[in-house]
Amino acid sequence: MKVLVAVKRVIDYNVKIRVKSDHSDVDLTNVKMALNPFCEIAVEEAVRLKEKGVASEVVAVTVGPKAAQEQLCTALALGADRAIHVQTDERVESLGAAKALAKVVEGEQPDLVILGKQAIDSDNNQTGQMLAALTGRPQGTFASEVVVEDGKLRVTREIDGGLQTVELVLPAIVTTDLRLNEPRYAKLPDIMKAKKKPLDVKTAEELGVEVGSRLTLVKVEPPAERQGGVKVGSVDELIDKLKNEAKVIS
Amino acid sequence: MSILVLAEHHDGKLGSATAHAVAAAQAIAQDGGGDIDVLVAGENVGTIAEAAATLDGVAKVRVADAAVYAHQLAEPLGELLAELAGDYSHVLAAASTTGKNVLPRLAALRNVAQLSEIISVESADTFKRPIYAGNAIATVQSDDALKVITVRATAFDAVAGSLQDQGSASIEAVDRVVDNALSSFIGEELAQSDRPELSAAKVVVSGGRGMGSGENFTLLEGIADKLGAAIGASRAAVDAGFVPNDMQVGQTGKIVAPELYIAVGISGAIQHLAGMKDAKVIVAINKDEEAPIFQVVDYGLVGDLFEILPELEQKL
Ligand SMILES: Cc1cc2nc3c(=O)[nH]c(=O)nc-3n(C[C@H](O)[C@H](O)[C@H](O)COP(=O)(O)OP(=O)(O)OC[C@H]3O[C@@H](n4cnc5c(N)ncnc54)[C@H](O)[C@@H]3O)c2cc1C
Ligand SMILES: Nc1ncnc2c1ncn2[C@@H]1O[C@H](COP(=O)(O)O)[C@@H](O)[C@H]1O
Repeated sequence: MKVLVAVKRVIDYNVKIRVKSDHSDVDLTNVKMALNPFCEIAVEEAVRLKEKGVASEVVAVTVGPKAAQEQLCTALALGADRAIHVQTDERVESLGAAKALAKVVEGEQPDLVILGKQAIDSDNNQTGQMLAALTGRPQGTFASEVVVEDGKLRVTREIDGGLQTVELVLPAIVTTDLRLNEPRYAKLPDIMKAKKKPLDVKTAEELGVEVGSRLTLVKVEPPAERQGGVKVGSVDELIDKLKNEAKVIS
Repeated sequence: MSILVLAEHHDGKLGSATAHAVAAAQAIAQDGGGDIDVLVAGENVGTIAEAAATLDGVAKVRVADAAVYAHQLAEPLGELLAELAGDYSHVLAAASTTGKNVLPRLAALRNVAQLSEIISVESADTFKRPIYAGNAIATVQSDDALKVITVRATAFDAVAGSLQDQGSASIEAVDRVVDNALSSFIGEELAQSDRPELSAAKVVVSGGRGMGSGENFTLLEGIADKLGAAIGASRAAVDAGFVPNDMQVGQTGKIVAPELYIAVGISGAIQHLAGMKDAKVIVAINKDEEAPIFQVVDYGLVGDLFEILPELEQKL
């Protein structure tokens, strides 16, 4: 079974972002970039499927600027066999990414596509569902367990009230939640080896797909800052403040 | 044009998030005009439809009642919504795990973008939404003829449900039954609790890794009982297996905006703050006076939670 993994280059999750002073966007100059954490989990899941002998090949894909090849290299170092870069300098949102991924799916015909549930820059949580719709495939979103059984996929999903299990026919689309697995770190020899693995670059135009966003970003502002409050010295003082100052308990 | 709101429901009851999504729809209708319809999709959902019909501002409730819509699986529901969407300028749902699962599917089927978790309506085509874990607020305008939107429930005050109101909405069946050969429901493990629902609670008491174990969460229960609070957790507490995943508050868990949020043994990572910093009053109890959580609190108490919590419970 062939597994495709979609990965996105995003700001490192430890970085505190700043909004540009002209409020046009977030300032990403000289900011550390990384593989989206949910995509790391997606790569890990695909690689584990290969290690278990369920998957035969793992292909990592990204849609984005030249620099996003760094994240493809990370995916290769983590165990993907080869990579595909759909190159574009446009601002790609979820629908555009899903359309480009659908083209790659059409060419590669994977049995399973694994994506992150959410990119931590846009916090969209859309691309996997959109890819599933565009390719007419079932979706197992927010997965905390994925089992391949008798040619079908059993996905346990994290939902608001707890857990839900669904069965999907293959080929299918899965998006990862945090507890699906704990990703490994790439070791230095693997990083060296990754450089020799195949990386295929195509432009969005070559694929014949419009990836640009139709949403206009009017402005980006910092959120309202909370005023750092006071330290109270005792439980009595806390209760007194909550009752008589904040008036949130009686 | 009109607005369609997908109703949230569980266990035969209308979910409270629906009334918040209808409030967002009202804000859109104020600028763009049009009726507000609610779609209730599921199996044996008659009473849910009646409850939805009492919501203020709703003109019509459309009911798709068929086995294929049970459990609101994304494949059939996305297809149904894509067919119904032709009548509407906007389709809204709460940003619940159901809304997030289904609406992008609808958007892609109609070849339009989707807007996730809006927190304000600027006009019928312009909305605000948090990005980067709430560390920036984007104002986004959509030129698509159909706007597909999920709504952060805590950002919109729920519309009232006026049961006695004579002018309540009409209820109309949707006959269309789509096929679904792609996915099937196997089972569910739902958390049982007598406490208020986390995302709608007035008071939330959350524990983090500092709680040390699942058993120690009983220290929070006594306090939650006295305050009528829901209990939440940080991801570290969930990952450590102290509590189940449905208790996670944060960027990738639940968003809460209670009157009072008490964070116990939680350091205050940005991913956690993203889920609770809209609380009216925030209290933190942490033994590390440098913990970042103290930068966003109204009242901070530095000390050992194992000493503070029993005293707090006793004195409340
Ligand atoms: C993609 C991604 C998404 C994430 N999403 C979320 C999310 O949605 N929600 C979330 O919460 N996290 C999320 N995280 C994780 C987040 O980055 C932090 O790791 C997590 O919030 C830390 O949890 P914590 O504060 O409980 O643990 P820690 O950071 O370990 O803090 C424990 C705190 O307890 C205090 N403490 C210890 N013992 C005591 C004691 N006896 N008395 C008093 N205080 C004590 C310590 O001083 C410390 O401040 C996410 C991470 C990633 C990468
Ligand atoms: N430009 C992109 N290239 C490749 N994969 C992407 C891209 N954008 C989103 N994805 C995938 O979709 C997931 C969810 O992203 P989103 O829906 O945008 O929050 C990510 O974790 C990736 O797996």
